[in-house]
Amino acid sequence: MIYLDNAATTALDPRVLDAMLPWLRTQYGNPSSDHALGRPAREAVEKARAQVATLINATPEEIIWTSGATEANNLAIKGALEFRALKNPHIVTSRIEHRSVLDTCRYLETRGVRVTYLKPDSLGRIAPADVLAAAVPDTALVSLMWVQNEIGTINEVEQIASALRERGILFHVDAVQAAGKIPIDLARTPIDLLTLSAHKLHGPKGIGALFVRKKPRARVAPQMHGSGHELGMRAGTLPTHQIVGMGEAYRIARSEMMADADRTGGLREELWERLQQLPKIHRNGDPHNSVSHILSVSFEGVEGESLRAMLPGVALSSGSACSSATREPSYVLRALGRDDELAGASLRFSLGRFTDEAHIRGAATQVVEAVERLRQLSPLWQRAA
Amino acid sequence: MPVYLDNNATTRLDPRVVEAMLPYLSGPYGNPSSLHRFGRAARDAVETARAQVAALINAQPGEIIWTSGGTEANNLALKGVTGNHSASRVLYGVTDHPCVMEAAEALKARGWGVEPIAVDHDGIVKFDELDRQLKRRPVRLVSVMRANNETGVIQDVKRIAAMAHAANALMHVDAVQAAGKIPVDFAGWDCDLLSVSSHKINGPKGIGALAVGSHVELAAQMHGGPQERGVRGGTENVPAIVGFGAAAEIAMNELATRATHMRKLRDRVEAGLRELPGIEVFAQRSERVPNTVQFALHGYDGEALLMQLDRKGFAVSSGSACASGKGEPSHVLIGMGIDRDTAKGAIRVSLGKDNTEAEVDQFLAALGSLARQPAMAIAK
Repeated sequence: MIYLDNAATTALDPRVLDAMLPWLRTQYGNPSSDHALGRPAREAVEKARAQVATLINATPEEIIWTSGATEANNLAIKGALEFRALKNPHIVTSRIEHRSVLDTCRYLETRGVRVTYLKPDSLGRIAPADVLAAAVPDTALVSLMWVQNEIGTINEVEQIASALRERGILFHVDAVQAAGKIPIDLARTPIDLLTLSAHKLHGPKGIGALFVRKKPRARVAPQMHGSGHELGMRAGTLPTHQIVGMGEAYRIARSEMMADADRTGGLREELWERLQQLPKIHRNGDPHNSVSHILSVSFEGVEGESLRAMLPGVALSSGSACSSATREPSYVLRALGRDDELAGASLRFSLGRFTDEAHIRGAATQVVEAVERLRQLSPLWQRAA
Repeated sequence: MPVYLDNNATTRLDPRVVEAMLPYLSGPYGNPSSLHRFGRAARDAVETARAQVAALINAQPGEIIWTSGGTEANNLALKGVTGNHSASRVLYGVTDHPCVMEAAEALKARGWGVEPIAVDHDGIVKFDELDRQLKRRPVRLVSVMRANNETGVIQDVKRIAAMAHAANALMHVDAVQAAGKIPVDFAGWDCDLLSVSSHKINGPKGIGALAVGSHVELAAQMHGGPQERGVRGGTENVPAIVGFGAAAEIAMNELATRATHMRKLRDRVEAGLRELPGIEVFAQRSERVPNTVQFALHGYDGEALLMQLDRKGFAVSSGSACASGKGEPSHVLIGMGIDRDTAKGAIRVSLGKDNTEAEVDQFLAALGSLARQPAMAIAK
C-alpha cells in the first residue's frame, strides 16, 4: 500500500514517538498538580510550548493548546467574536476554507453574524484587494487559510496581514498545511490568531494550538470552560504525551523543513511528469506558488468513484478527508471553476517525510493504468478520441 | 519514585493500554474519515473502542460521542442541550467540578437562569430544596456528579433523574470520578447525558466521551466536519480512543477486584488517621467511592502540609488538581458548610489500583511525624 494522503494525516515520526513514550509508560502526573509527579509534566508541556513557538517565531506565552486544529479554528473565530461583542458583526472568509472554518461561519450566520465568502481565482488565490474591499466598519474578523489543503496554493497572507493591521481588523489564519512546510515568521507578519495542528506534520492526533498575539493583544473568549488552564482561554487536563509529541514534531520541522520541502518538491514534480503521459489531465492550484507536498489533478473522461475504486493500492483522496465521507465533488475545485464532473474526477496526492521515489513511481504507474483502462471502457471518451 | 496518592487527579497508564495504543502510534496511520484502507482500519478501531466504552457505562455504542476529555464532555452537555433552546433554567450541584460550574455560569450571558443545588454537611444533595427548585418551571437541565472528585461522595443520581424528568427537565451525570471505581449505569439511571474521562481510569489523557440518549437534541459546540453525528467535528484521536477503549474494558473486568483493593487501603488510611489528634474526615457518614478520603488536620495549613509531604516523597493534593496553587479553600467543602479555616487544611488521598499497603503505611508514618510537630513549625 502506497500512502499519498499526508494532507489528511501523517505517520508519526519515530523520533516523535520516542519523545512521547516516557509520558505514556512511566511519567503520568497531571501538569496541573503541584507535586513531584505534576511538575515534570508541566515542565515538559512548557518545553513543547517553546518548541512550537520557535517554529513560527512567536513567544511561548502566545501558544494555547487545543485538541486540534478544528478546536483552534472554532476558538479563534467564535472566541474573537464573542470577546468583541459587536452589535452587528461581520466576518470575511473565503469559499475554499477548511470545513471547520466554513461550518463555524455558517453556524454564526444562524446567530445573526454576516459573513462574506470571497471567491478565489482559478488558481485558488484570494486577492488581497478583494479582502480589503469586503471589509466594512463592522468587520470583526478576517479568516483565511495560509495554504489551501486540497490544491496547495499559498495565499499572500503577509501582504493581507499588513493591510488589515493598518485598518485595525483582526486577522485569523489557518496555518495547518503551512506550518513546517513554508517559513512562518510571526514577529514580522502581523497575524493576530493562527491555527496549528500536529498530526499533519508527523506529530500525534488530538493536539493542536492557537497562537494568540500578545502585542498588540488579541483577545478570545473561552469556548471550553473550566478552571483556568491556558491563561483562562481553554480548560481541560493537558494531554502531556500529545503535547510533547507536538513539540518534538515542530522541533524536527524547524531543522528539516527546507530539506523536506526540496525532497517532496522533487518527488511531486516527478509524479506530475509521469502522469503527463496521459492526455487531457489538469493540474489544480497555482503551480508557481504552492507548497511542495500537494498535487491535485483532474482527469477528463473518467468517473471519480470508479477511478478511486481502481486504485486499491494507493491511499489518496479526492479532496479533504473530512469531505470524502460525503462523496460529493470537492467544493474547493468547484469554486475554482471546475465543473462537477471534472471536480469529481480529481485526485489529491499529498506527500510526506516518508514518501520515496518508489512510492511515486508505483503510484504513477497505477494511476496511468487505471485512467487508460477506464477511458477505454468509456463510450463517450472513445467517441471523442 | 514518589508514592502517588493522587489518582483522582490522573492515573498511571495501564501497560496493557499502552500496548493497545502502540500499533496505532507506530503502525497503520490513517484518518478515520478517509475512504482508503488505512482510513478504514482507523475507523474500525474507533468503533471497537466505542463499544468498549459504551459497555463500561451501560450505554449503546451509538450513544457515545468522543470528546477531548471530561471538561469538553461536560461543556458539550450543558451548552449542547441549551444551544438551540429558548432560555430557561439550568441547575447544577454546588459541589460539582469547576468545569460544570463555569460552563453553567457562562450560560447566564445567553439569558439562562443558573442555580446551584445545595448539599448538606455530608455532601448529599438536599432533595427538598431541589424539589422546590424544580417546582418552579421551566427547567431545561439538571446536572449532578455521581462521585465527587474531592470527598468521593456518591449522589443518588437515579433519584435525581426521576425528579428532573418529572419536572420535564433533562438529566446530565458527570461520572468522571465514578467510572472505574463503582458501576456506572447510563441506562439504569435513566439519565439523558453522562460524561466520562479516560485518564481517570488508567487510560491516556486527551480523550473522553459524552453519552447522549438518542432522544436528546444536542447543538454542536465544535463545528467542522461530519464526525460524531455532526455534533463534534475534528479528526478523531485514534490512538487515544483505542487506549480509552482498552482502559474501559480492563476497568470493567477488574472493577470488583479494584474496588475491594482500594477500599481496603482507604480503610487503612482512615484507621491510621483516627490515631492522629485533631483529624476531621469529610463526609465520612456518606456513601463514598472506595478510593477517596479527604480530611483536615486542625490547626495546620493544608498547602504547607502538602509541601512537606511532597518533600518527603508523597504526591497528594488538597482537592482538585485544577484548583491547586490558588490558595482558595475548596468550593466543595465550603458548599458543605465546612468553615473556611478547616477547609484550608484539606488534604485528599485518592488511591489507585497500583497502590500498596506499604505505601499507605509510609504515608501515615510521614503524616504522623508532621502532625507531632507544632503547626507553627510547618511554615510555607
